[in-house]
Amino acid sequence: MIAHSIFFYTFSIIAIVSAIMVTASKNTVHSVFFLILDFISISCLFIMIGAEFLGMIMLIVYVGAVAVLFLFVVMMLNVAQQKNQWFSSEESSKHIPVGLIISTLIFVELIIVVGGWKYKPDLFDINNSIAINKVSNTHSLGQVLYTDYIHIFQISGMILLVAMIGAIVLTFRKREGVKTQSYIKQISRERSDGVSVLNVESNKGVKIDD
Amino acid sequence: MEYLSIFFDQVYKILFLLVPVLVSVAMVVWLDRRVWAFVQKRQGPNVVGPFGLLQTIADALKYIFKEIIIPSSSNKVIFILAPIVTMTLALIAWAVIPFSATQVLADINVGILYLFAVSSLGVYGIIMGGWASNSKYPFLGAIRSAAQMVSYEVSIGVIIINVLLCVGSLNLNDIVIAQQNLWFVIPLFPMFVIFFISALAETNRPPFDLPEAEAELVAGYQTEYSGMMYAMFWLGEYANILLMCAMGAILFLGGWLSPLEIYPFTLVPGPLWLVLKILLLFLLFALVKAIVPRYRYDQLMKLGWKVFLPLSLIWVVFTASYLFYFNLLPVN
Repeated sequence: MIAHSIFFYTFSIIAIVSAIMVTASKNTVHSVFFLILDFISISCLFIMIGAEFLGMIMLIVYVGAVAVLFLFVVMMLNVAQQKNQWFSSEESSKHIPVGLIISTLIFVELIIVVGGWKYKPDLFDINNSIAINKVSNTHSLGQVLYTDYIHIFQISGMILLVAMIGAIVLTFRKREGVKTQSYIKQISRERSDGVSVLNVESNKGVKIDD
Repeated sequence: MEYLSIFFDQVYKILFLLVPVLVSVAMVVWLDRRVWAFVQKRQGPNVVGPFGLLQTIADALKYIFKEIIIPSSSNKVIFILAPIVTMTLALIAWAVIPFSATQVLADINVGILYLFAVSSLGVYGIIMGGWASNSKYPFLGAIRSAAQMVSYEVSIGVIIINVLLCVGSLNLNDIVIAQQNLWFVIPLFPMFVIFFISALAETNRPPFDLPEAEAELVAGYQTEYSGMMYAMFWLGEYANILLMCAMGAILFLGGWLSPLEIYPFTLVPGPLWLVLKILLLFLLFALVKAIVPRYRYDQLMKLGWKVFLPLSLIWVVFTASYLFYFNLLPVN
């Protein structure tokens, strides 16, 4: 048990400190790196409570894909400079109340969830929980996800699909005059399309750019 | 006291795994250069040691004694961290590789997800190195490789789903045992081909080595690195390649199973079969490096998103429908 708590406190301290550093560090790229550290320690915590599938998915999706795109955008846009300018400007102080309200809301929500769990355990359906079913984490997730909650699962999938198509439609610009390569055109080219034999009259020449 | 003995037991096991992996990485670098040379009718490294086998060790020694130069405008912490991340990620993944039914360091339930997660984290070493160098060529290389690795990971993930549909478990040993009668390379041959090509792209091997295309980007993300830090990038890259080969061997070539369950083959122990399969895949990697010219970047992206992703998705639907129709789905 001692080893368990040592690991738990190590991971949670790393998670909390890196979460603070995400907002505290001046360099935006450093913020993203701290965010990645936060994700990794959270997924370690997931694995520690026996939710190994969620922990691995957290690593694959958030660290392996989402955070890479964050890094990509932050590096390309050079946000660090803009952020510093923004913080020193007058404009930034106007946004403090909004930020405070949102963070208070999230905090209250967390308290409600944790408090409900603590003081009214039957608020959550424990009969379906992993500890009782004695099957592996992945199996029980699949069993719940594809039977009881199949409609919610599919609706969330559709929402993601719509968001994806929407993002593509919004950012897609058809540019004129771009030379692209078409494999079909290249492969289906015959000798007769490319080469023609002309009888050139002397002192006249031929126009080839028709 | 009890904890200490568990700790030392684990350290002993880890060393017993890591030292052979590191030695085989060194040998495999030699094999790669040798195969490359033979295809081009050269001799390759053949001076240091028998057949030049100790060439890599000589190279590594040279790197150790060279000065490590850290550019003054670089971001020092991340600059130093990048090769460490690459090397560590390439080595920790070996924890779940099963060498036989019992010889595996960590026989976890979600082994294949762990492998996939670690191989998808590999991109960070490259991005960190490229960004922290604070120079044009490394940065371009890092951005190229981020886009490339994220693209090809998607199709590798879908290919893994194909295999998982046939197995019904995420445990690597279960995946190997499911291939007792038929290796997945036979029913899923197109997926094996796509996996192999995606693995080439995922490990930045030629013909997809655009992150370090020497004609355009000097050496890509490694341009500013020198000495031991460069050597760590270099060894980490090869450890990653070996890891992808091991993943291919486990997913498609039956891992530690012998090809036929009859007398002369059963004498050979399981780990040796796995090593032979990894070497076979690595030989293919080396041959591809020698004979295929480098892809253009837009062609690379087109291949990843417009050919491999749709193909592997269609194959998932096909595999699932086939298994469902013939009632072969692994249900327990």
